[in-house]
Amino acid sequence: MAALRTTSRLFAATRPAFKSQIRTRTMATVTGTATSGAVPPSQTTTVKEPAADADSKIKTFHIYRWNPDEPSTKPRMQSYTLDLNKTGPMMLDALIRIKNEVDPTLTFRRSCREGICGSCAMNIDGVNTLACLCRIPTDVKAESKIYPLPHTYVVKDIVPDLTQFYKQYKSIKPYLQKNTPAPDGKEYLQSKEERKKLDGLYECILCACCSTSCPSYWWNSEEYLGPAVLMQSYRWIADSRDEHTEERKAQLDNSMSLYRCHTILNCSRTCPKGLNPGYAIAEIKKAMAL
Amino acid sequence: MLTQRIAQQSLRRLAASQPGLVSQSMAFKKFAAPAAIMGSSLQTRPITTQPMKPSDSYEILVAQRKNRPNSPHLTIYQPQIPWILSITNRITGSVLSGAFYIFGSAYLVAPLFGWHLDSASLAAAFGAWPVAAKVLTKFAFALPFTFHSFNGIRHFVWDSGKAFKNATVIKTGWVVMGLTGVSSLALALFL
Repeated sequence: MAALRTTSRLFAATRPAFKSQIRTRTMATVTGTATSGAVPPSQTTTVKEPAADADSKIKTFHIYRWNPDEPSTKPRMQSYTLDLNKTGPMMLDALIRIKNEVDPTLTFRRSCREGICGSCAMNIDGVNTLACLCRIPTDVKAESKIYPLPHTYVVKDIVPDLTQFYKQYKSIKPYLQKNTPAPDGKEYLQSKEERKKLDGLYECILCACCSTSCPSYWWNSEEYLGPAVLMQSYRWIADSRDEHTEERKAQLDNSMSLYRCHTILNCSRTCPKGLNPGYAIAEIKKAMAL
Repeated sequence: MLTQRIAQQSLRRLAASQPGLVSQSMAFKKFAAPAAIMGSSLQTRPITTQPMKPSDSYEILVAQRKNRPNSPHLTIYQPQIPWILSITNRITGSVLSGAFYIFGSAYLVAPLFGWHLDSASLAAAFGAWPVAAKVLTKFAFALPFTFHSFNGIRHFVWDSGKAFKNATVIKTGWVVMGLTGVSSLALALFL
């Protein structure tokens, strides 16, 4: 390419003349031997409207819509139909296809499309999950309903306001707290058994599916921390390297932060990553009591 | 991109050397002309921005937050064993304790109002009822009692940190429901 560029520079002087020659001719002019008048329709092909496939699988999606620019209008359920043969397998594919091809005003969060970012958490067919990990049920008769995460303030359409959730996460100090320096001055070591305690805890992506599935969190989200944040709290309580375990436990030792958990276990049931916040909370309760 | 560029370059060189020849070639009319014109007619879209202080944007956010609706919750959540049994546990607990407190306080004040709430008179009154009413009443009391008892055991197991797997939770839920049905029927029919 570089060689080409230098050679083209050699011809730079000749280019203006060439260009002006082009510009004298506009795009619409017809030159050459073409005769006046259009080619009659009998000699041209016809572009037809795309016919519906005989084997098309039309599925209906009802999606929660609310626009902050029209705050006085009530939230509504907008219905969309898609041919599943032309849609990817996951709910997120359907949403993206609706946004690209049907209704560009539909608003939702998405990023990684593979269940690691937690952006596309929403309530699909009554269950909180990640749209990117949720297959579209192939049963065409069953209509799918998509809501934002339950009992959250809606920013727009299926985008929830998770400010409170993130503030609560911050409040449990989700980082290693040490008073003593590392023995070798470099790193804090752990045995394999101690490390194993963190499995099933550290994988949480904070998508808020579990917290917003918890009825207790619905009614008390101002004070109750909710399953996701409590599981992360336990992740640091269980960490053998952390030296502020007692402070962490003391922070939870009130009627609201931890003990609004009534072991409903919607959290464990709904976790799209297959984690068990209910179990982590039970372990905190045991650690507090024993 | 590379091939396009090479074609363009060679065409230009050709045009520079033999202008007449190139202007009459069909290939040039079809491809080179749009490519050459594109460069001169690139559209520019002026962007308009308005200056905003952080305090102003915060006010907009606050105003927006006041309008945000709360997303639907209990009414749209799929009925599942965990939360259905949990709310049933709470309702049965409230019914049982409520009934206990009402009867207890009624028993306490019974002498003041001349009510006969002692066991003997209650049993005599109950014995006079038709069989169907007896069975139904006993069932209505037995159902919340047995459910709350069995589900209570389930909660004790959870408090010890066991049986938290999803499959186990569903299984124990069905076991509790089955035991409740059978035992409350047995209490209503044979006791």
